[in-house]
Amino acid sequence: MNKRLLALLSVLVIASMALAACGTPATEAPAPEPTEAATDAPTEAPAPAAFECTDAIGCVTVAPGDPIHIAYALTVSGATASLGDDSRGAIEIAIADRGGELLGHPIELSGEDTLCNAEGGQAAGTKISADPTIVGVIGTNCSSEARAAMPLISQAGMVMISPSNTNPDLTNPDHPDAHPGYFRTAHNDLFQGRIAAEFAYNELGVRSVATIHDGSPYAESLQKVFADVFRELGGTVTAQEAINVGDTDMGPVLTTIAAGAPELIYYPIFEPEVALVTSKAKEISGLENAILMGADAGFSDTFPEAAGSAAVGMYLSGPYVDVNNPAYGEFLAKWADQIGGVPPSGFHAHAYDATNMLLNAIEQVAVVDADGTVHIPRQALRDALYGLSGFAGLTGNLTCDANGDCATGEALGVFQLSQAEVDGAWPPPVFWQP
Amino acid sequence: MQSLKRFSWTDVFMWVVGAALLTLIVVGSYLTLQQGKYTTVQWFDLAVFGLAQGSVYALIALGYTLVYGILRMINFAHSEIFMSGAYIGFFVATSMQRSGFLRENPVLGIVFIFLTAMTTSAILAILLERIAYRPLRGAPRLVPLITAIGASFFLQYTFRGLFGTQNRAYPEIDFIRGAIPLFGSFQIQKIQLIVIIAAALMMAALAFFVQYTKTGKAMRAVSEDKSVAALMGIDVDKIIVRTFVIGASLAGAAGVLYCFMFRIVTFYMGFIPGLKAFTAAVLGGIGNPPGAMLGGLFLGIFESLGPTLFLDGLGIPAPYQLKDVIAFTMLVMILIFRPTGILGERLSKTKA
Repeated sequence: MNKRLLALLSVLVIASMALAACGTPATEAPAPEPTEAATDAPTEAPAPAAFECTDAIGCVTVAPGDPIHIAYALTVSGATASLGDDSRGAIEIAIADRGGELLGHPIELSGEDTLCNAEGGQAAGTKISADPTIVGVIGTNCSSEARAAMPLISQAGMVMISPSNTNPDLTNPDHPDAHPGYFRTAHNDLFQGRIAAEFAYNELGVRSVATIHDGSPYAESLQKVFADVFRELGGTVTAQEAINVGDTDMGPVLTTIAAGAPELIYYPIFEPEVALVTSKAKEISGLENAILMGADAGFSDTFPEAAGSAAVGMYLSGPYVDVNNPAYGEFLAKWADQIGGVPPSGFHAHAYDATNMLLNAIEQVAVVDADGTVHIPRQALRDALYGLSGFAGLTGNLTCDANGDCATGEALGVFQLSQAEVDGAWPPPVFWQP
Repeated sequence: MQSLKRFSWTDVFMWVVGAALLTLIVVGSYLTLQQGKYTTVQWFDLAVFGLAQGSVYALIALGYTLVYGILRMINFAHSEIFMSGAYIGFFVATSMQRSGFLRENPVLGIVFIFLTAMTTSAILAILLERIAYRPLRGAPRLVPLITAIGASFFLQYTFRGLFGTQNRAYPEIDFIRGAIPLFGSFQIQKIQLIVIIAAALMMAALAFFVQYTKTGKAMRAVSEDKSVAALMGIDVDKIIVRTFVIGASLAGAAGVLYCFMFRIVTFYMGFIPGLKAFTAAVLGGIGNPPGAMLGGLFLGIFESLGPTLFLDGLGIPAPYQLKDVIAFTMLVMILIFRPTGILGERLSKTKA
């Protein structure tokens, strides 16, 4: 009985495999029958030769009426959801700006939740790379996600443009974390760390600092850049401590830091840990007067409320978009209209630019057949993005270099939180700009 | 001669590992203290942080250990009982904060938060026992264990579905903020004092309850032998429900104290404290309430003092990342050299 069942199952499996194998070429190559064309229109010019894909890493073919498929890989749930919601809203606005259509095809946006950790990035990368209809990806939010997802997405021939990955390794050609097809509109942390350190040393006039990271590639490298530049400027780094994601009791680590009596603590970590450190720090004897400074990971509308009154006066280094730019005002109006409220974090403009860059590049390289079929050569798409220069986006004029860095690092600022943000106002006003 | 025969190389290896770790701890502590980087005040602060955190672990651990003592099962859904108490406490606290009640009558408000949280946790535990565990009373021991894990997921994702995935900020209660100066430059945060005292009171009350009340005696009897206890006229089901209620109330209270300290509520918040409390229960000797208290405090203090004391002097950078390594290494070492835990009972044949 069991053997029979097994035999039946294997027959079914084989049959489904065979069917699937037959299915793919049929949809991929809807070449018109040459005889038909000859009999139907004998007097017209001969039909153009069917598109032949000569691209090194293949083409995406979109049949008439089928959507052009792009995906997002963002952290849209949990503690870091404001970061993902912020980017996702901007992507939706960029698509809506085009009426949801590209080259006469509807734009389909599918998404994966990346959870701001390597596991989430891995899962999202696996799912996205398995879907050959996806042309490009907007994501990820956290550098840890990109590190796990990018090898898969790069292997699948897709491009990925990140609105908020800032880890320097991702675009360092000598580092194994850099992969072809990866771009970002976010600043590289080599800029952010330097600006934060210069702000602390020159503007605030502090001479001793301590840093805390959470072991994520983003936080670890950012605090390292910060500490290195601060030492270069002539300051002292009293401690470079670390916590684990998921820790709640920050008292012990802060007490250890207090032993070095730093004037400023820089902790570029995510929610909820950034709020836990903030609310605890002022209670530690020896740190009552220490200046607190976070980074773009804490730049989220839920953070000041979670940290409470301890966040008043705290600084955050992060992405800065010129609020007087009329295009940005227009974007915010669209946000209020389509999504409601204000963007909850700081990388919406970067995500908007990323989406527009991707859609423009698709438009630029796509080959459209007479019947409306669109062919998108993947390597050409990458080349178009690597060659992008002077793209006027919300975050400035973007020019991508050969490593995938498209932002210049000019769009950075330092923000200061006040009681208004703790009571729910967002975003905070910019305090200083390099 | 007899002892020589029982001698095995595994034992030798374990003793060597144990001795190496002990040396590491002693040398590390000596070097750290030699450096004189930390003042007495800072050591005191670290100990207080550990004590406060440990008190919360201990309160949760009691729930694991009480249920284990009676049913010989690990109630893995206990961490979600803790989370539910914290969540309900959060809703009560937020609404009272908004209406201003908490500012005018802080003591009454805080008592009310505790009562609602403990009641909710207790009700949830009663339901859990009735629906998920009682039907499986006679089943093999692994069955209720798996059910408990399932119940844990069920509760976690019910809360996720009801209240979302985001972290919620607990209101700041002014009454419990600020520091109390002791002597010299020593001081203690009000909230830590409250946590330590509240936990100590509850544990003392529990010890009294188990030792001197009728229900407590019945609990001990059921724990010794269910069928004999039933023959003596004890309603075993009722006692089991009461045990669940006591454990859950303590977990609910722990949830409130945890929120007072860390001001954060999420559906996932029970997992790590639950795991640590379970560790504490095993560390102290599972099934033994004083052991759970001791294990919790031990674990809290080790986590707080350990990284600085043991590792700083050895020049290990960012030692606090290794906090959990220290905690779990300690668990493994204690289980190797004292398999029943610090205060572990000798398991009799009928119990095992």
